Amino acid sequence: MMATALVADQELRQELGPEAVPQTTCDGIPTFWLPAGEIRNAVRLLRNAVPQPFRMLYDLTAIDERGRRFRDGQPSRDFTVVYHLFSYERNAYVRLKVALESDNLKVPSVVDIYPVANWYEREVWDMFGISFEGHPHLARILMPRSWQGHPLRKDHPARATEMGPYRLPDEKLDAEQEALRFRPEEWGMSRGREDSDFLFLNVGPQHPGTHGVLRIVLELDGEEIVNAVPDIGFHHRGAEKMGERQTWHTYIPYTDRVDYLGGVMNNLAYLTAFEKIAGITVPPRGQMIRVMLAELFRIISHLVWYGTFAQDVGQMSPVFYTFNDREKAFGIVEAVCGARMHPNWFRIGGVAQDLPAGWDRMLRDFVDYLPSRLDEYDRTVIRNKLFQARTKGVGQCTIEEAIDWGMTGPNLRACGFAWDFRKKQSYACYEQLDFDIPTGKCGDCFDRAVVHVEEMRQSLRIIRQCIDNMPGGPCNAEHPLTTPPPKARTMHDIETLINHFLGVSWGPVTPPGEALGAIEATKGNNGYYLISDGGNGSYRTRIRTPSFAHMQMLPLLCRGLMIPDLLAILGSLDYVLADIDR
Amino acid sequence: MMSLYPLLIIAVVLFVILNLAAGLIWVERRLLALWQDRYGPNRVGPFGLGQVLADSVKLFTKEDWIPPFADRAVFVLAPGIIVATALLSFAVVPFAPGFVVADLNIGLLFLLAMSSLGVYSVVLAGWASNNKYSLLGGIRASAQMLSYEVFMGLSLLGVVILAGSFRLTDIVEAQRKVWFVIPQFAGFVLFLIAGVAETRRLPFDLAEAESELIAGFHSEYSGMKFGMFFVGEYIGVTLISAAIALLYFGGWLGPILPSALWFAIKTLAFICLFILLRAGLPRPRFDQLMLWGWKYLLPLSLLNLLVTGAVVLALS
Repeated sequence: MMATALVADQELRQELGPEAVPQTTCDGIPTFWLPAGEIRNAVRLLRNAVPQPFRMLYDLTAIDERGRRFRDGQPSRDFTVVYHLFSYERNAYVRLKVALESDNLKVPSVVDIYPVANWYEREVWDMFGISFEGHPHLARILMPRSWQGHPLRKDHPARATEMGPYRLPDEKLDAEQEALRFRPEEWGMSRGREDSDFLFLNVGPQHPGTHGVLRIVLELDGEEIVNAVPDIGFHHRGAEKMGERQTWHTYIPYTDRVDYLGGVMNNLAYLTAFEKIAGITVPPRGQMIRVMLAELFRIISHLVWYGTFAQDVGQMSPVFYTFNDREKAFGIVEAVCGARMHPNWFRIGGVAQDLPAGWDRMLRDFVDYLPSRLDEYDRTVIRNKLFQARTKGVGQCTIEEAIDWGMTGPNLRACGFAWDFRKKQSYACYEQLDFDIPTGKCGDCFDRAVVHVEEMRQSLRIIRQCIDNMPGGPCNAEHPLTTPPPKARTMHDIETLINHFLGVSWGPVTPPGEALGAIEATKGNNGYYLISDGGNGSYRTRIRTPSFAHMQMLPLLCRGLMIPDLLAILGSLDYVLADIDR
Repeated sequence: MMSLYPLLIIAVVLFVILNLAAGLIWVERRLLALWQDRYGPNRVGPFGLGQVLADSVKLFTKEDWIPPFADRAVFVLAPGIIVATALLSFAVVPFAPGFVVADLNIGLLFLLAMSSLGVYSVVLAGWASNNKYSLLGGIRASAQMLSYEVFMGLSLLGVVILAGSFRLTDIVEAQRKVWFVIPQFAGFVLFLIAGVAETRRLPFDLAEAESELIAGFHSEYSGMKFGMFFVGEYIGVTLISAAIALLYFGGWLGPILPSALWFAIKTLAFICLFILLRAGLPRPRFDQLMLWGWKYLLPLSLLNLLVTGAVVLALS
């Protein structure tokens, strides 16, 4: 494994030329530093020219390096822009970094090479104030337009108490109101064609069909959608900024609330990244408990999606049925974890507690109960002719478009591309489990629905295997950086005692390093890119969420369709607002 | 004394219909709850029956807000129209032999005319609200009405041919031997579809479409004006159910039980069907609705009319 990574490293290094300086990281992803002037060439080369090209821009983010202490061999500049590319043919990531000085925060934009970079570059501009030259519309994306400063810079306050009381004098109120005034041109929309004026319709931020505070500005010709521009950021809570303030351990509950339907699935993504930095291997029982609960949460999340999607196309009842089933699943989650939607259950190196007595009976009842219910929903929803009329051929996209726009998860599989990170880049104990990758054919709303439903059946299969094959032994790793750290030998030697004391009082003091932990979450690929600077908390926490990329794709999917189709597409995409805005 | 009798009938009809409309809110909520694995209103009074009263008190006492940007006069007028036209239609509905407000010889036409006028309410409400969602709802309603009215009338003509009269009492009497649902099954299905569309309920609630248009044409309405739309909808449901019972299921005809009771049972059965439809079906898209209306249902109703006419002609 290491050897092949090295070979790939060498080969990429040759492709990228002498300008590229490699860096070693904890996750083994080939990482190269490039001068700002070279980045476009490098990105274009990797996307188009190398054998087995990197067709997906997985993530694009930045780091404020001004507070770093440990960065051996890395350029000592103020900011770093980080590009994560992914190649489906190689099944590998590559990481490119560009170092910038504070007085010259400019990078050439790569939007024309990777269309998905559009929102990511806007986010970096919004959060760090790094400008991308050649970007078609470099405006704030998560923060309000009138916001002062760039929140993810180290000198921007993180707490409300650091910012002084909020005041809204009349002049400021007027300015804020003025900033909210809608001018179609600022959104890249025109006011009409030569023969007709367009109708602009705000769908949201308060609208029953948007599943949360999301605003979509529609440019309508009659009921036909000429253009749609999503306005996001209403749910932005600074989850990444909080990651820099919390310890490694105390950040876990925050992850629960990113994809708030995914529960422990978020813990898993975060800990996968952290455990790479800390070098912790979770024992088999811990792995399997994690996988079992994560799959239970995949079902829980998909059940919410199922009911609400049916409601989006006007079917009233299924949401009650699926929520009842979800309630049953929450009963199990509650019995195991004590909480329901946000169990905060996984710990560094394992899980918070071993499974309670009788867990297998509860789960077995559930996996016996759900299949017949799913069959019933197939009859009422999937096979319903009206439902099919509403969803077939609506919101289609090809595999190429999906990859170009960073689509992952069930939505990508609905296009007919059998790609599942649980199988292709197996983590936890998925390689020991037997399950299929359901796919669709043409990537329309109907296929997305079918894939989601089939995934629930596969998750049930996985859970059943976990129940039957749950290994014995400890569920937590024996490692000084786990939380809580192992206590057994604290009274025997001073070294363990010190480690234990630090781990409990400060949090795990982790060696410097960086790692990307990406998993197949409920809605697609959820990745945590963590940087440790030798402290007890993260130096930079980057959360790559599937919903963000999916929402960016919305205009492409709904142009030329009608308002009801927009709602069907929104429903089928399966996004969560907190997963978009973080 | 003779002159008081019609007034008495009017009073009884009004009383029954208005109370039924209110009571239906409870019936619908309980039935939907039953089909959706939940309880529904069960706290106020026995079986939650007091909910009806509580809801009415709430609607009457709520702030009745007229948006400053609305067309005031039309905005106020719109909810009245739907209730007025729906109530007027009941003038020609015979509840039992001789128990009818006005036994017009063009009863069926009057019924169709009145229920068609009801769409003005929706269109005007959508227009007067001066809200984009309402406007879209109003436009959808008018387009939907235009396309579904046409074959609604045509589908009924089969019944008229068989009965030889537009008078509703005659149509009911003509079903003494066999209910028209048997010779006119296609007509019944077509009328049922058109009837659901006429009442703008799921799957034809495109004018309201809460997941798309928030509340469509009545987004801006509150208090009792909203309540009027609500009541108007339920009277409409009752009316269409009553019409189905009269035209296809022999109206008050039936053994043993009193005739008015038969009529009530049949009407209630169809009301329940309406509610079940709402519980079960998704909503088609606007253009699909039009497409089905013009491409399939209209030719079908013409064909039904043609065949009925030919058969009647051949048998005579």
